[in-house]
Amino acid sequence: MEPAGKVLMIDHEKCTGCRLCELVCAVKHDGVSNPMRSRIRVMKWEQEGLYIPMSCQQCQDAPCMNGCPVNAISHNETLNRIEVDYDICIGCRTCVSVCPFGAMNFNTIDRKVIKCDLCDGDPQCVRFCDIKAVDYVDAGDVSIMKKKEAAHRLSAANKKAAALQTTM
Amino acid sequence: MPHLWNGVPSVLGETDITPNPGAGMGCQPGYRPKKFAEKETVKKGGLIKMALDRKIALINLSTNEIEIKPIPMEVRKKYLGGRGLDAYLLFNHTKKRIDPIGPENTLIISGGILTATCASATARTHVMAKSPLTGLLGSTNMGGFFAPELAWAGFHHLVIKGRAKNPVYLFVQNGEIEIRDATNLWGKTTTDTQWYIREELGDDEVKSCVIGPAGENLVRFANVMTGIKNSGGRTGMGCVMGSKNLKAVAARGTMDIHLAHPQEAFEYNKRFIDQITSAKVNQTQGILGTPFIWGATNCWGGVRTRNFQYNQLEYADDVEPERFDEIATETIGPYHMTACFGCQIHCRAQYKIPSGPYAGKYDEGPEYTSQGAFASEPGCRSAETVLAGNHLVDQFGMDNLETGSIISWAMELYEEGILTGKETDGLDLCFGNDKALLEMVERICYRKGWLGDTLADGGIPAAEKIGKDAFDYLIQVKGMNNLHSDERATPALALNIATASRGSDHLRSRPAIDLYHLPEEVLRKIYSSPMPYDGPLSSEHTSYDGKAWMVYWQENCYMAVDCLGICKYHTLFLGATLPNFEDWPKVIYYNTGLELTPKEIWTIAERGNMIERMFNLREGLTRNDLRKGDTLNHRYFDEPCRRGAPDVIGMSIDRKKFDEMIDEFYTFKGLTKNGRPKAETLKRLNLEKEPSHLL
Repeated sequence: MEPAGKVLMIDHEKCTGCRLCELVCAVKHDGVSNPMRSRIRVMKWEQEGLYIPMSCQQCQDAPCMNGCPVNAISHNETLNRIEVDYDICIGCRTCVSVCPFGAMNFNTIDRKVIKCDLCDGDPQCVRFCDIKAVDYVDAGDVSIMKKKEAAHRLSAANKKAAALQTTM
Repeated sequence: MPHLWNGVPSVLGETDITPNPGAGMGCQPGYRPKKFAEKETVKKGGLIKMALDRKIALINLSTNEIEIKPIPMEVRKKYLGGRGLDAYLLFNHTKKRIDPIGPENTLIISGGILTATCASATARTHVMAKSPLTGLLGSTNMGGFFAPELAWAGFHHLVIKGRAKNPVYLFVQNGEIEIRDATNLWGKTTTDTQWYIREELGDDEVKSCVIGPAGENLVRFANVMTGIKNSGGRTGMGCVMGSKNLKAVAARGTMDIHLAHPQEAFEYNKRFIDQITSAKVNQTQGILGTPFIWGATNCWGGVRTRNFQYNQLEYADDVEPERFDEIATETIGPYHMTACFGCQIHCRAQYKIPSGPYAGKYDEGPEYTSQGAFASEPGCRSAETVLAGNHLVDQFGMDNLETGSIISWAMELYEEGILTGKETDGLDLCFGNDKALLEMVERICYRKGWLGDTLADGGIPAAEKIGKDAFDYLIQVKGMNNLHSDERATPALALNIATASRGSDHLRSRPAIDLYHLPEEVLRKIYSSPMPYDGPLSSEHTSYDGKAWMVYWQENCYMAVDCLGICKYHTLFLGATLPNFEDWPKVIYYNTGLELTPKEIWTIAERGNMIERMFNLREGLTRNDLRKGDTLNHRYFDEPCRRGAPDVIGMSIDRKKFDEMIDEFYTFKGLTKNGRPKAETLKRLNLEKEPSHLL
């Protein structure tokens, strides 16, 4: 399947907080079970039952790329992703500090920065997430889906309002 | 050419991995893993590298001594980990007839051998000690995120002895263990304790298992809890923690767990998950949670009602699973299910209490047992009561099942006149009195009033204190109250609760698929592997034929699952198509490198069950003892079911046939007629030298 143009779409409402994505990400990339090695992390507010998976947004004008002092970070057009060239990277962690999403991670065991590489167009977090809180879709479709959801909410609200009017 | 992963040659040929194309919605057809990590990783970790390198820590709270040891391979091969190894440790580290709430009791907290590896739902934490409720084996199992964190911190088993002078908690982090002061945590609810520990340690990722006020007040059926509602509820392990002045065990780990064959483990895990999520029963669990089982059983007539007077709650619309689903949807949203670590079933609902004095409080659940404890057993019919009761027991840290049962028992005694307004301090403890029910939950937790204090000691001591014929009304086995299900129409299930090692319990050996009336050839396929069996098997749930074998088979199956550290929804419990003995060797091998055949796993499970039995025998189990034996309350035999479907109504257990079933069960287990292991059984299972003190 042609991966270009696809993005990771995260729906935090769907997330059950099981953290399987973290496990499979670490195992897929490093062959090791350790969420610290994962490129995707589920942030949790257990008191309210809120779980939000966070991963790289593959920004078009990426702060990590702009901030990198040695130009080790570049945009890969074919895979639509931001990637780190470890031959150039000096491990200064500037990218970690400038990322607005905290999506650039620092692996303290291997002492290097790690980020989502979309598994070269076949993200394993998506493959394993049964409820599809993490999905891999065309960038253009994200807004359509959101539009549809918002429209549905609106129509439901309209119907409720109409019902209220008729009963009044 | 086999795959290479970190330089480890694949154990499989190319064809052995058959990823299930298109099984998950996002799975691309013809999927093949494209690129796996090349040689990169292993740099740190030292001695704690593989799953089996996880250590055991012996912690003495009286002397503050901590000893960390590896777990020898010899022990691993005999007991694997989790519950099996816990049972071995308990048998070896406790003396005969000790006081369960004295410093000499040993508390063991553990994960299984698959915990935190690339296997499905390895979330279970097991806790074991001598039970303060039953005086026999204390053993409880909970989901959540604690055990994986413990494994990433480098440990599989924590053996805690002694008693701290002041309240303390343990902090386990990356191979190190610290005993910290918990004076400021004492008195706090289960969730508050966890958030305070996080704040104190400055780390939001710390996972703890804690006790609430009930554990501190030595309520004999207090919980160990982790997260909002993951509870190790049965047999009062929270009480043991309280008696040791141990408020919590916190863990935080970032240590690698290297897998023996990562690529195979990864692909096999996907196949496993597909098998598990394709079962209809698990899909329904993922929508309605365990309440759906209550709903299904109640309409059939298998739910204990009004302390076993009935077997069905009528007019129960407000406490049906669909109603709870509605409340969760209204208060949380359309996606309100949540999951334990790595599990795709997500069987736990989130909710906010919609109305009443606790309106707006967030909690998770309710489960089958909460419906039983706060609806059918006390004869209440309000969703609000169930949700509030569920919230209270979660916050206090007490077993909802035991709490609901014991209050319902008191209700029956009150209606029979054995208890009066004098003992209840004026509380009108009638069936269906929601207010009195919730009031009693609090009284038990804080041991308020004569009745609250009495009931907090557990069923049998309370019956002795109340006197008259109060004991006759107590629905218990080995001193622990039964699940809120009615087993009078199902001899197999009755045998299960009578012989379960921790007292009346459905998660030790229940052949739940017995209710599905599967064709005999299907049953034979399931139950004659890995051990050949050609005796009778019956599809009919009211029959006594072959049920002893089914219970025996399930007993070994559940023991194996608990040794692995995975959830029972991932094995042959509620669904007949789910993984069991034949599927586990690969999972174990790919993840840990340990080579076992299905038959060997079976033997390990048998050994674990036998050592649990040896512990119980040492503590006084005798076959026909109503208080400590493998038998049931007289009501199972004497009072037929009054409600339910035609195959339920009028049913009761036939005493003679039941006895024969127990004989048969003992024969399968290699026990004498009195339920003691035969010499040859001990020899076969390598148990003749126990306690062997290898650890």
